[in-house]
Amino acid sequence: MLEFSGVTGGIHNWLSAHFGETGTMLMEMLIAGVVILLGMILMSFTLGYMERKVAAFMQLRLGPNRVGFKGTLQIIADTLKLLFKESFAPGTSDKLLFNLAPFIVVVVTMLSIAPLPIDPALQLFDINIGVFYVSSVTSISVIGILVAGWSSNNKYSLLGAMRSGAQIVSYELSAGISLVVIVAFAGSMKFSDIVLSQADAWWIFKGHIPALIAFVIFIIAGTAELNRAPFDMAEAESELTGGFHTEYPGMRFAMFLLAEYVNLFILAGIGATLFLGGWMPFHLWDLEGFNHVMDYIPPVVWFFGKTFFLIFVIMWFRWTFPRLRIDQLLTLEWKYLMPISLVNLILVALVVIMGWHF
Amino acid sequence: MRYLAVYIGTIIRSIRSLWKGMRITGYYFTHHKSIITQQYPENKATLQLGDRFRGEVVMPHNDANEHRCTGCTACELACPNGTIKIISKWEVSPEGKKKKAIDEFVYHLGMCTFCNLCIISCPTDAIIMSKDFEHSSYDRKSLTKILNKENSTLEKGVE
Repeated sequence: MLEFSGVTGGIHNWLSAHFGETGTMLMEMLIAGVVILLGMILMSFTLGYMERKVAAFMQLRLGPNRVGFKGTLQIIADTLKLLFKESFAPGTSDKLLFNLAPFIVVVVTMLSIAPLPIDPALQLFDINIGVFYVSSVTSISVIGILVAGWSSNNKYSLLGAMRSGAQIVSYELSAGISLVVIVAFAGSMKFSDIVLSQADAWWIFKGHIPALIAFVIFIIAGTAELNRAPFDMAEAESELTGGFHTEYPGMRFAMFLLAEYVNLFILAGIGATLFLGGWMPFHLWDLEGFNHVMDYIPPVVWFFGKTFFLIFVIMWFRWTFPRLRIDQLLTLEWKYLMPISLVNLILVALVVIMGWHF
Repeated sequence: MRYLAVYIGTIIRSIRSLWKGMRITGYYFTHHKSIITQQYPENKATLQLGDRFRGEVVMPHNDANEHRCTGCTACELACPNGTIKIISKWEVSPEGKKKKAIDEFVYHLGMCTFCNLCIISCPTDAIIMSKDFEHSSYDRKSLTKILNKENSTLEKGVE
């Protein structure tokens, strides 16, 4: 069995034995930071490769297949290319904000990865308002995008940033309300409690139709919050060249890209944790034997399986649907997703009060 | 009430249409064996190009080293970016008649946008687009080509 409780507990005990309480905490923070950074880079490499392969297969192409085995090293070659590029800033740009913007975006991503329960023992920050924390921290990333667009001193960048601002602010609402649905079901905002509340079955099965509606709305609104196609108004390469990162060269551009892919992973991870049980294996209420068999698959595999399934669905959206116009985008949110999710929330309140869910 | 029915109908119809699109890409994803792109460097021998593929402008010559270009400069005038330059000369026929003929048909491949206007404008079909597309070169001079071969003459009957 692949268990992380032994590893993390062992490290904690060893550090506690050799250093003081403060030293242990500092060392653990350092280790966690390094692990997060490595994990982020690894994740963006994986997702970059996966995206290109999925895109290629959906368009009946082969995708990257030259560098390394079946093109697996292509993304590393691209990163090296970006590393060697000159880190240039336009002469008329606001230098401080221009250099600050990519860091805001990446820091927000690092903050929102903290409460994600990857394994029972692999959760950095089990805060009791976890869901609220994540939804509030991710909305800071719009500041990074606005700053990037504003400081570039470029029409395209500013237009892209403004669109992105309008988009994230509006889709934040329906995404938040669909998270509230699961909070209402589970009765807690703590991620570990939410996962444990799905020990008999996942909320998407237990919550009847309201949970299903909330799941669909969460995926749509989440795709919009990630600025991914069909909602990539912020980039819109056919009309705004590159949107808010038009002027960004080299590694600063790569930081936006890294943040985008890690945000995709975080969104899929939160969706998997709230609706599909996170690291909780596939359990059905009273089937003891079946549940026991499912327990043999390690929680990490369950978490990553569900997360990558959701990532694949979001990529599937990207390579199927055409981009929306900005007015269609706001119509979809304010006339459809928002009223539906509000009605859905009332329905959920009724279901929870009457105790109709399993 | 009627408004609500229309509203819900819109949602159901749009979900159905979105699912239709996703089913097509999903089918492609699971049946990706039928790759439609060509694996270029490997299939160099069997490369298939479209009938209207525009590689570069060439002037076909027949076996007797004759071309069909009268030097009317219609192509030179039609070219939007000055890719073609025709240098003409006076040819004296055995009967002592002076006649205009091309000396050099200069084609600057580096400036060509492959718009096909010269081919369309040619009244005698003297130039065509070939399918050869591997033009990369280390020297810019090699991109300036003279299309008519040496000592070539005008084909009989083309005036």
